[in-house]
Amino acid sequence: MKKIIYCLIVSVLLFACTRNNSKNIESIQIKGSDTIVNLIQVWAENFVQSHPNSNISVTGGGSGTGFASLINKTCDIAMSSREIEKKESVLAKQNNVNPMGFKVGLDGLVVIVNKNNPVNKLTLAELKDIFMAKITNWKEVGGHDKKIVILSRESNSGTHMFFKERVIRNNDINSDDEFSIHSLMMSSSQAIYDEVLQNPNALGYVGMGFVNNKIKTLSISTNEKNKFIAPTIERVIDGSYPISRPLYLYTDGNPSGIVEVFIDYTLSDEGQKIVVDTDFVPIKK
Amino acid sequence: MRKSLDYIIEAVIFICGILSIVFVVLIFSFLLKEGLSFFKDFSFIKFITNQFWYPNSKIPSFGILSLISGSALVTLGACLIAVPIGVMTALFISEIAPKSIRDILKSLVELMAAIPSVVIGFVGMVTVVPLVKNVFNLPTGLTAFSGSIMLALMAIPTIVTISEDAIRSVPWQYKEGALALGATKWQTLRRVVLKAAMPGIIAAIMLGIGRVIGETMAVMMITGNAAHVPHSIFDPIRTMTSTIASEMGETVRGGMHYKSLFAIGLVLFLITFLVNFIADLFLGKNKNL
Repeated sequence: MKKIIYCLIVSVLLFACTRNNSKNIESIQIKGSDTIVNLIQVWAENFVQSHPNSNISVTGGGSGTGFASLINKTCDIAMSSREIEKKESVLAKQNNVNPMGFKVGLDGLVVIVNKNNPVNKLTLAELKDIFMAKITNWKEVGGHDKKIVILSRESNSGTHMFFKERVIRNNDINSDDEFSIHSLMMSSSQAIYDEVLQNPNALGYVGMGFVNNKIKTLSISTNEKNKFIAPTIERVIDGSYPISRPLYLYTDGNPSGIVEVFIDYTLSDEGQKIVVDTDFVPIKK
Repeated sequence: MRKSLDYIIEAVIFICGILSIVFVVLIFSFLLKEGLSFFKDFSFIKFITNQFWYPNSKIPSFGILSLISGSALVTLGACLIAVPIGVMTALFISEIAPKSIRDILKSLVELMAAIPSVVIGFVGMVTVVPLVKNVFNLPTGLTAFSGSIMLALMAIPTIVTISEDAIRSVPWQYKEGALALGATKWQTLRRVVLKAAMPGIIAAIMLGIGRVIGETMAVMMITGNAAHVPHSIFDPIRTMTSTIASEMGETVRGGMHYKSLFAIGLVLFLITFLVNFIADLFLGKNKNL
């Protein structure tokens, strides 16, 4: 028994030494938006294969969490589905952090419902009324006589912020409208997807990466007179789909070393191809 | 030499013992410091009577009435389920079950206490939530009721183990006296054993409540997190704990939102402190029996 313990201690010590000696391993901490965490993960896996001396860890938590940890200097790159807020950049300055943003892709927010829901399209105004609980029954927008279950993300999510600004406040910075108190705040986009999958009364919004043929996406128009646009990659690139947004990586100051190499990789043709593969929208065709 | 060794070990034990008290005091004073500074800028009455929780609005509204009522409702529901089941199980284990079954049951109940709450939440999300929706024909299964069912599962082991101790510590003379007077087994159980063990059982229930009201992960996953005052147990609700857990990550240290979460923590701490205090009162009574 004693021998085994001795062996264990020696091997742990040896292991510790080897870790210390290999100083050439460089690591990147990436934190932030749950929306693009899947995309970043694929980037990281491919990047590590071609750069075996690097080590990338990716954590979600929401864009706000990403900025908070960039400001607290606990991550190298903050991934975000929105631009940095004024409040956050002021705070960053106080902490001697100088956030620099890189646009790495685009995302369309997709409004999803269950396959068995007869509703196919909504205007932005209807969508706003639903999420503010002014419309509470599906029959008011052409569906069954059922109560609408509104699904939203938690307020720490960039998706929540973007949807609030684009749909609920209709891009009006003076508006103070909020999600209804009856909306269910889900802790992840996956949770919204799961609930919509099994609940014919539910309505939620997720990033384009979550879309597949088990759920239905709604076509959206800016008002009744305009055409209803289905959320497709082409419509997001040409800007006609109304609920789309850019995706960013933020670093502290000008990136250098391995972080710079990684960001160059995400913007390269190979990186942008992965954007398409993970159902997001590349910044250029 | 021996004496000094004795002295050192005694000192180490003393330090370890005193440390837990120090930690509680430190945590409480940190909570007080952060939480009370919130009430300098926002009135306490408004905090607990306003029902709108919009901490990030331009004119932020910090009202936790909806959160308190959510926590209270889900806890009440869990108690209604867990107390009868827990007390009955304790009675069965300590008084009725034969020894072989008793040992198996006891270790199974203890095993139940070891299930991590995120696992309970996950299982609830894929099984109980759709079931509740279909059985009661609700718009969604993410309701206080689903949360209550899963929380009851967490409270039952606490209630069973402590009430079982209380029931077992009822002196055998009481039972024999009752039986000798011609009472049936059920009459003895109900009128004598349960009555004598009541302080211990109430303490068990209080500790169970303490566990339920502080639970975070499972309720966050299955109660829907809608911050409104619920009209029935089949409404989605949002608890104080899940609000703290889901919003802490985005807050800026020292900001109003950050302090308000600490203020919620303070309210929660006061509630659990009260519950544990009542439990202690009853446990103390039990010892004098």
